[in-house]
Amino acid sequence: MALLEVRDLSVVFQRKGEAPFHAVDGVSFDVEPGQTVGLVGESGCGKSVTSLAIMGLLPKRGAKVTGSVTYDGTDLLKLSDKQMRDKRGSELGMVFQDPLSSLNPVVPIGLQVTEVLERHRGMPRKEAMIEAKDLLDKVGIPDPNRRLKEYPHQLSGGMRQRALIAIALACRPKLLIADEPTTALDVTIQAQILSLMKELVQDLGTALVMITHDLGVVAGLCDEVNVLYGGKVVEKAMRHKLFAEPRHPYTHGLLASIPRLDAPRGEKLTPIKGSVADNIPWTSACAFAPRCPNALDVCRAETPAEVDKLGRLLRCHNPVVPGTPAAEEVPV
Amino acid sequence: MLRYTIRRLVQLVGVVLVLSMLLFAWLRLLPGGPVSALLGERATPESREALTKQLGLDQPIFVQYFKFLGRAATGDFGVSTGVQPGDSALEIFLQRFPATIELSFFAILIAIAVGVPLGYLAAKRRGGWFDNLSVIGSLIGVAVPVFFLAYLLKDVASSALGLPSQGRQDAIDATRVTGFFTLDGLITGEFDATLNALEHLILPAIALATIPFAVIFRITRAAVLDVLDEDFVRTAESKGLTAPVIRRRHVLRNAMLPVVTTIGLQTGALLSGAVLTEKVFSFAGVGQALAIGFERRDYPVLLLLIIMATIVYVVVNLLVDLSYALIDPRIRTR
Repeated sequence: MALLEVRDLSVVFQRKGEAPFHAVDGVSFDVEPGQTVGLVGESGCGKSVTSLAIMGLLPKRGAKVTGSVTYDGTDLLKLSDKQMRDKRGSELGMVFQDPLSSLNPVVPIGLQVTEVLERHRGMPRKEAMIEAKDLLDKVGIPDPNRRLKEYPHQLSGGMRQRALIAIALACRPKLLIADEPTTALDVTIQAQILSLMKELVQDLGTALVMITHDLGVVAGLCDEVNVLYGGKVVEKAMRHKLFAEPRHPYTHGLLASIPRLDAPRGEKLTPIKGSVADNIPWTSACAFAPRCPNALDVCRAETPAEVDKLGRLLRCHNPVVPGTPAAEEVPV
Repeated sequence: MLRYTIRRLVQLVGVVLVLSMLLFAWLRLLPGGPVSALLGERATPESREALTKQLGLDQPIFVQYFKFLGRAATGDFGVSTGVQPGDSALEIFLQRFPATIELSFFAILIAIAVGVPLGYLAAKRRGGWFDNLSVIGSLIGVAVPVFFLAYLLKDVASSALGLPSQGRQDAIDATRVTGFFTLDGLITGEFDATLNALEHLILPAIALATIPFAVIFRITRAAVLDVLDEDFVRTAESKGLTAPVIRRRHVLRNAMLPVVTTIGLQTGALLSGAVLTEKVFSFAGVGQALAIGFERRDYPVLLLLIIMATIVYVVVNLLVDLSYALIDPRIRTR
């Protein structure tokens, strides 16, 4: 049995007087210990909501979560508030997107690390400070003794993200969820943070769920990749397979839209047409159909079924034939 | 920080000087004057003239002002003509200032002790019945005139609760040390005197606290709502921290900055509220002296009390500004 088994997870946001919004629609995936699983998609595809649902961080009112999230044999969705508090921070860690706004501006870094240790490992403050120093050291923050006393605004962006990682890993969680941990950082720092995460995950044997829109991050880190669109997994495969032979037109479009340095000069970028706003509901069609270059009549009339074949899960009426080059050029 | 404080205090000297000039002129522009107030309508022109001369009001206004400045430099702010005729203005101030400080202190204490927790709870339960109820309650708190509420408390609540509604203390034999009646009893060991003074403070303090309470409540609620949406609160939740730690360390500490600013500004409102409250409850403080002073055109007392009130207001707001640095490290290290 996998460490984390997400089955048929759905999140519906319901506001008074408004139509319910299906942010996540029957998502399933497994994460084994030491494995890194990617959730990929553009903004609004439901990847962050999925992570918040796993962590139990969605607002109680207005968000309805169904399905099951089995962690180590227990369904997290059935736990009480208090039981979930005991799991968060100790067994489940989370790293957020924007390291500046994710750290409390008026509390020194040291206390923000030690409070997790005090809470879950019952350490007295002094002992926790020593441990916090080691943690900052481990995530590569120079001069940790000084940094412990400093406030978030005194640290650089990269250091802040390292501090957040130190906080998330303080109690050696078995599962770490990283929600776009590198988006707010510049490219060189991104690479440093990614290799740090890779190293730590390997050392500690932590299972990692990596949420990103950046296929470069996926290529460097993930073992298995789930591509999400409109709240559903549209394609799932091992990383090599997915990159070598994308079958879903959305995955294909994502890969084709990456700018290449070796492309001839003057060649235009190939974006995916339209935006998430063009989605149609999954109920009686494929949500991607309005933007899909491969769309057939059936795509607008029938929800595509999930097909699991040869180690690849695919939800598409008219998949891309292997070997097809990027879709026709669209002027940017 | 020190340089900043000194600069603000130097500015204060300028403010006081300009204010004293304006006040001096404004007070004399009020219809009537101390002479009519003292002698009444039917005084003979001769006696009026004699008193005018005696008070020095026959001289040109700038001469009067410079004479006042000269005497003020030696600590002589003139003699009261209306509030407590014959007593020096400074004496009246020193006597009454502790009373108003006591009253304001308890009023702001009540306003904070009720307003901040209520504001937090309302924000936490946004849109619920508790939130709606307390928002309406705070609106009433701002809207009801202080004097109306003061009379209501005095005439209804005092008999219902058996609380005194007149003066600062019953005529008991209490030793005076500092002029703060609640403190004096603690210092001399006359605890019944302290208790008696506290009983006298309850109703006027509640009357005075309503407006600051309502404002502090609303600001706290708004500030907490803002902070609850912040990413770092979600981070704190993701750490599995207990609710009290999240509330204290992560939510309230960040929400306090606007609340502290409001508390500073509300001291101004307290002074104007004190005039009405002290008048209703016959509470012998600065506010009551101002009310009587205006009725009887007591120039020296009005001048001194208003200037002192200004100084208190500026100093409180300076302390508020300095306290930002304690709350927010981003200001400290700048």
